Amino acid sequence: MAVVEERPAEEIEHELEEVWEDAPGIPGFFATVDHKRIGMRYIYTAFIFFFIAGLQALFIRAQLTVPEADVVGPETYNQLFTMHGTTMIFLFNTPVLAGFGNYLLPLQLGTRDMAFPRLNAFSYWVFVLAGMFMYTSYLVGAPPDGGWFAYLPLTDKVNSPGINLDFWGLGVIFVGISTTVGAINFIVTTFKLRAPGMSINRLPLFVWSILAMAFMIIFAVPAVTVAAALLEADRLFGTAFFDVARGGSALLYQHLFWFWGHPEVYILFVPAVGMVSMMIPVFSRRAVSGYVWAAGSLVAIAFISFGVWVHHMFAAGLPALAMSFFSAASLVIAIPSGVLFFVWIATMWQGQVRWTTPMLFSFGFLFIFLAGGLTGVMVSVLPFDWQVTDSYFIVAHFHYVLNGAVVFPIFGALYFWLPKMTGRMLSERLGRLSFWSMFVGFNVAFFPMHVLGLFGMPRRVYTYAEGLGWETLNVVVTAGSLLFGLGTLLTVVAWVMSRSRGAPAGDNPWDADSLEWAVASPTPHYNFRAIPVVASRHPLWDQQPLPEAMSGDDEGTRSMGTPGALADETPITTGLDAGAEETMEIPRETYLPFLLALGLAVFFTGLLVEAVVVGVAGVVVATIGLLWWAWRTEADLV
Amino acid sequence: MAAALVVGACGSGSPSALDPKGPASERIAQVWWLMLALAVAVYLVVGALILLSSRRKRAAEEGDRRLPLSENAFIWVGGVAVPTAILLVLAVVTVSSTAELTQADDDPLRIEVEGFKWWWEVRYPDADVVTANEIHVPAGRPVEIELTSADVIHSFWVPELAGKVDLVPGQRNVLRLTADEPGEYRGQCAEFCGIQHARMAFLVIADEPTAFEDWIERHRAPPPDPPAGPAAEGERIFESTSCAGCHTIRGTSARGTSGPDLSDFGSRRTLGAALVENNRGNLGGWIVNAQALKPGNLMPPVSLEPDELQALIAYLESRR
Repeated sequence: MAVVEERPAEEIEHELEEVWEDAPGIPGFFATVDHKRIGMRYIYTAFIFFFIAGLQALFIRAQLTVPEADVVGPETYNQLFTMHGTTMIFLFNTPVLAGFGNYLLPLQLGTRDMAFPRLNAFSYWVFVLAGMFMYTSYLVGAPPDGGWFAYLPLTDKVNSPGINLDFWGLGVIFVGISTTVGAINFIVTTFKLRAPGMSINRLPLFVWSILAMAFMIIFAVPAVTVAAALLEADRLFGTAFFDVARGGSALLYQHLFWFWGHPEVYILFVPAVGMVSMMIPVFSRRAVSGYVWAAGSLVAIAFISFGVWVHHMFAAGLPALAMSFFSAASLVIAIPSGVLFFVWIATMWQGQVRWTTPMLFSFGFLFIFLAGGLTGVMVSVLPFDWQVTDSYFIVAHFHYVLNGAVVFPIFGALYFWLPKMTGRMLSERLGRLSFWSMFVGFNVAFFPMHVLGLFGMPRRVYTYAEGLGWETLNVVVTAGSLLFGLGTLLTVVAWVMSRSRGAPAGDNPWDADSLEWAVASPTPHYNFRAIPVVASRHPLWDQQPLPEAMSGDDEGTRSMGTPGALADETPITTGLDAGAEETMEIPRETYLPFLLALGLAVFFTGLLVEAVVVGVAGVVVATIGLLWWAWRTEADLV
Repeated sequence: MAAALVVGACGSGSPSALDPKGPASERIAQVWWLMLALAVAVYLVVGALILLSSRRKRAAEEGDRRLPLSENAFIWVGGVAVPTAILLVLAVVTVSSTAELTQADDDPLRIEVEGFKWWWEVRYPDADVVTANEIHVPAGRPVEIELTSADVIHSFWVPELAGKVDLVPGQRNVLRLTADEPGEYRGQCAEFCGIQHARMAFLVIADEPTAFEDWIERHRAPPPDPPAGPAAEGERIFESTSCAGCHTIRGTSARGTSGPDLSDFGSRRTLGAALVENNRGNLGGWIVNAQALKPGNLMPPVSLEPDELQALIAYLESRR
């Protein structure tokens, strides 16, 4: 150990880079298991889907700007809103948050990678292949058109005979694999790979939010997988789970879908809250107020989110008494949200706010989420929901919470954390412009929708008649959506310009408190030369200089210092107190995750085209991948 | 925001939930105005706190950075106590208004509505009357509508009269409403049901009670004598072409059930599920090519000689 310490820092860092660097070029591209590369890939890929979904939204608005328009026909329109929703939920929001989680979690926890790096790579490959799978539907001219929740019997083989819905059903099952393994990875990483001293009450709030998200995923995603699997069984194999004529139940599907669908809203929202809860304290120059309140609220939301799904079915004719319980539970979820508001207010109140772009986006989030939360309380009131469900009021409400309260924090997070990822700051000037354009555009686009809904405009209509009093507001909505779209493009410009002209970020450009800011920007491949020793909830504010662990001789500490990093190792610590426990070997580059994901893609394609040979080929490839994976535990390139 | 509401509220002609025309929608509108008032109050107070908390502080104001309460008490009061009090109010409102709205009325008029892609069949079981897309009700009398679907899920929504209830295949849901005054109330399918979901509208027509009785009586009376003149030719065409395969007309051999019953077509105000006004021009266009007016609907184009078409129109308009 002493020998290592005596060598100059540059030499050690060079050696570390050599150990941790991916193979150059194509092989490294497909074989990498580096959480940072995977995390950024997640973010970039998800943003490609974001702009596709945004384009779809603009086509929707083009069609709805004036009554009786004929920009796209009803068929195309139905495909547009189906794929807009599906893309935003499955291919943008969920994966982009997984991307931030992937990049940031190991850094904030003070470790060198995720607990299962190969599983992490697998999760990304499944996501991107599932996205391509769903979008292949456009290439063959048969995009899904059953709405993003694909209610039966509209989506059964009788009412939707085409292949369209199979792209959706199989795609949902496929992408669910990615989400699930990602969640397992987040949970294990959080509990077992924390830097020594980072006891559970010192977790950054973003980690709490990812943890809550991961637990929700573990319990919720199986329900949608079952819903989609039974849908596909009905469609492909002629079973009758949802076929009323043969004793099935159409509402069973709705229960299964929303048992996932409502927690999913919080799966997206909770990490966004986590991001805001990191940014607000940093830009208030103050530790978060009521840390325990905030962490507790995130966990409480995760629990309550499983007791509210029926509020999506208030008009389906369920017994009023049963619905009253779900109505009450839906009201209760406002309390942890209320607590979070007062946590943020108390933090800013006792601090000194700096108006940076990430803070502006957080601020925009506060006002948008406040409105979306209040309409959320309204729609959980049973009789009122009977009026507004499936109307534009609901479209307004869920865009306030899912676009406003999730996308705004994500854009803030781009300005906040991209400098860590790329090493370059984004332009503050463009950031402000982008924010104001998005914020004004957002409210102009979505606020009038509340009124449209109250005035009787149902959602998912491809056109509407003149003289119903909906004309003016629809023009306003379209204008707002253009401004919002422009705002998002300005951030793309800011990102492109930062690559060549951005100011170097340095280690900690925002004077933030969590461990990701202790390393260089962009983060070196090995993350930490030596694992930091944590003694505070805000290590970078309270522990200057940040102490580094030394490698000891025992199994628990041998990987903590630089020798551990040189040996591709990272320490495992105890679940609650993060005391030294064991050492884990970090696997190196491998094609196996890609191979396994590819096998699954082939398998799902086989189901899609109902070709047994293709399906079997997929299973064979996937099985080979799995067995090989199980066999080769040693860490080397395939 | 308030301005948007006002501007919108002035936009007349909307089938608006905020312009209630019956006790059910009236009750819900009351709940809405209460919630709106509470929401605006909460928005203003919390919004003000956010703005206040984020204002720039001078060094001299260091002392002001203290919260009015201890940190814990501040979060407790603002985040737990006040929201809980408001939510309790809303819980009571929910339970009481739900009970009110789901209570069965004495001696309601019973109507059955069955959803089809993309139109509504309307039946009066006590009077053995069947019609489509236009629901006549007596003003002032409670109506109990039993809803089901023949194919996919639809949703029955007349914002001026009541909240919505889904039409689910294999299930019979009930919606209770009363129209206080005679008038015409527009309804529309609210659950996405396929390509023509957007044009699956209907009318609830509230008549004076006596006018409603007349309407029912006219419909339950024995079918009119076979028509004379061009309408007679029209009836022959209706019975002998594809029309009869899908549509029923009482007192004739036309017994199809996949399209709307046309027995009283001439007395209907609209056609194509409240799509356009029922007049000769629209009817002719609809018969020749319904796909132009409502692409994707299940009625195929019908090719007829001009005089045949005129006869068919005359016949359908004679059925009142």
